[in-house]
Amino acid sequence: MALLQIAEPGQSAAPHEHKLAVGIDLGTTNSLVATVRSGLAVVLNDELGRSLLPSVVRYDADGSVQVGFEPQKRQAQDPKNTIASVKRFMGRGRHDIAHLESIPYDFVDAPGMVKLRTVAGVKSPIEVSAEILKALRVRAEAALAGELVGAVITVPAYFDDAQRQATKDAAKLAGINVLRLLNEPTAAAIAYGLDNAAEGVYAVYDLGGGTFDISILLLSKGVFEVLAAGGDSALGGDDFDHRIFCWILEEAKVSPLSSGDSRLLLTRAREAKEYLTYHAEAPITARLSTGELVDLTLTTEIFNEITQTLVMKTIQPVKKALRDAGLSASDIKGVVMVGGATRMPQIQRAVGEYFRREPLNNLDPDKVVAIGAATQANLLAGNRAAGDDWLLLDVIPLSLGLETMGGIVEKVIPRNSTIPSARAQEFTTFKDGQTAMAIHVVQGERELVSDCRSLARFELRGIPPMVAGAARIRVTFQVDADGLLAVSAREMTSGVEASVTVKPSYGLSDDEIASMLKDSMAHAKDDAFMRALRETQVEAERLIEAVQAAMSQDGELLSDDERGRVERAITKLQAAVAGDNRRHLTLAMDDLEAETKEFAARRMDKSIKKALAGRRVDELGNGLEAKGERA
Amino acid sequence: MDFNADHFTLFGLPRAFRIDANTLDVRYRELQATVHPDRFAQASDAERRRSMQWATKANEAYQALKKPLERAKYLLHLAGHDVGAENNTAMPVEFLMEQMEWREGVAEARAAGDHHELEHLHHRLGEQMRASYDELAILLDDSTDFAVASDRVRRLMFLEKLLFEIDDAIVALEEQ
Repeated sequence: MALLQIAEPGQSAAPHEHKLAVGIDLGTTNSLVATVRSGLAVVLNDELGRSLLPSVVRYDADGSVQVGFEPQKRQAQDPKNTIASVKRFMGRGRHDIAHLESIPYDFVDAPGMVKLRTVAGVKSPIEVSAEILKALRVRAEAALAGELVGAVITVPAYFDDAQRQATKDAAKLAGINVLRLLNEPTAAAIAYGLDNAAEGVYAVYDLGGGTFDISILLLSKGVFEVLAAGGDSALGGDDFDHRIFCWILEEAKVSPLSSGDSRLLLTRAREAKEYLTYHAEAPITARLSTGELVDLTLTTEIFNEITQTLVMKTIQPVKKALRDAGLSASDIKGVVMVGGATRMPQIQRAVGEYFRREPLNNLDPDKVVAIGAATQANLLAGNRAAGDDWLLLDVIPLSLGLETMGGIVEKVIPRNSTIPSARAQEFTTFKDGQTAMAIHVVQGERELVSDCRSLARFELRGIPPMVAGAARIRVTFQVDADGLLAVSAREMTSGVEASVTVKPSYGLSDDEIASMLKDSMAHAKDDAFMRALRETQVEAERLIEAVQAAMSQDGELLSDDERGRVERAITKLQAAVAGDNRRHLTLAMDDLEAETKEFAARRMDKSIKKALAGRRVDELGNGLEAKGERA
Repeated sequence: MDFNADHFTLFGLPRAFRIDANTLDVRYRELQATVHPDRFAQASDAERRRSMQWATKANEAYQALKKPLERAKYLLHLAGHDVGAENNTAMPVEFLMEQMEWREGVAEARAAGDHHELEHLHHRLGEQMRASYDELAILLDDSTDFAVASDRVRRLMFLEKLLFEIDDAIVALEEQ
């Protein structure tokens, strides 16, 4: 029997207690969850020993939800209620989705993001993704026998702000504390780099089920630095399936298909694609609901021919990323292949030819992202000792800007800026006496607003009336370490200040998430409210622990009066943790946060001073040469 | 460390155009290793916010010092000589004439699909810019002639843009 540990008040029970954290690869076709156990990153299997979880969700009329192999197997029987490849719809409007006509779902056009009508009601892609995440959370908690402190969830590097926000919202809805959104190729680079002690410039070529990413990274001891990222967030293995599907329709000359038959032929197409990885030709047979028989043979030659343009579509972003990094193909020391779709021989060949070197395939392309994410989650959870850790410097994939006169985009933060990143831009009024200004935030590389993705619109009101051009409106963009954007605006000249912070319009507000949690309660097996309360309690406990640890470390940075105030706030929060009122709890947390704000600033100053201590300008020596950028 | 310290102080570097790029890289990484949000994933909101502000500042400062043109602009800004990007300070006629010749050369090579000529122009321009940067180093660090340095920076801004255009033309040809 294990003895209960009783800790001194104000000390955590075990200073080096291993915190349970996981990495989740939320894929278009399959998802995985991994963790670090005894210093080793491992993928967590289900009770049948399977590591992959098909990203397929089925809704039943009675409100029950199934995720994984079962719904995948029975897709053709109930196509409208069995949602596959939902990642393609995350943060996407109807017009953004390719081949909508051959997707057998009942789409509902909603502002910003499409929704899907199922027998269990209208579901947003966020809700569908949350079901997949929930299944992974349950799997992890069963395997690790404990509650997770959080997860690192991977997203395609080329995901825009709306897609990232949607992913984070899905995690919140699944009751997961997101430690970080991590770019998939970066996660793969961590797994590869640590495994092989790699140093130098590497490319990660990541072709998944529905997305393509290329990242160029500089790996050196203890640092992973992304130099450039590029890709296509609507290009993946699914498109190769679709090409085969179209070829079948043309060759077999079948009549218009029911959605069940569409699903069946898409499945046959995928099977043929996978078969061709190891064989010269693939048989395709299917009996349609009309009684028609499809009986074809797809050869490697035909497959290569019908997918050649797709392969070339991946090489263009590779060129662009290399150019952004100021490098050429010959500077690359190795190309790490990630994603199940890179198994296709024509992909291997094209990449090998372009870089003039054999691609690196020594890590399982299905698992490498989850393994890297788990490794990073372990780091973020604080399970690694200082000095035995690494620094990760990632970038935003797409430029962020504002609409200006004439529908032209003014770029505020250029693509491939290292995050976190902030920039402010000043604007002025156009008319005399103008008291409001519309601010439209967009993302993309094109000149015209209409060619970029619209992220948010808001109005700055209360500008004091002035002649045109006299007001000075400063718009500030801040991108955080998850690659998520917050925008604020403020009028500078007058004493009057007006400012507003927006969340991109495709993201969900906290209220919306709360109401979704409430909705899901009707059917959910676990009590969502209790769960939300429990989560807040855990968060509060974590906060108390963090503050107490900080006080025991740097207590001298506080005056007696300040210390008293912080301690009172802690006591108040401890009382709230013991209760069951979530609102009281969050208010008490806010109070403690406010009381420790200045303390946090002083601690940060102290640690920076320490990091940079003892350095003198004269230490740099004489005869320094001016050097340009890193070659 | 003062959050409002200038970028050179932040990295413990002398305020000069000639800096050791290697030292800058090392200092930048040391600073990020201390302040980066990944270090504060489990910390309180206040600490996380502070970490984001510092990491943002470190990135901004690094970008401003890493590239020679940005570094020169920043030095001039510290010396009270702002090289406004939009300011229409008239450039000498002979410089503008030279620019037009360059541009014509690039346009012709591009239209003719002359990859070799574009590479040649790229190389020539690179040489010219290197000489300009050497001169700039003397103006900023030795003779501290900020007025002339501002003029050279403005010229270099034209040249950098031109270099991008040649790059674009080369890429466009490669993609055909």
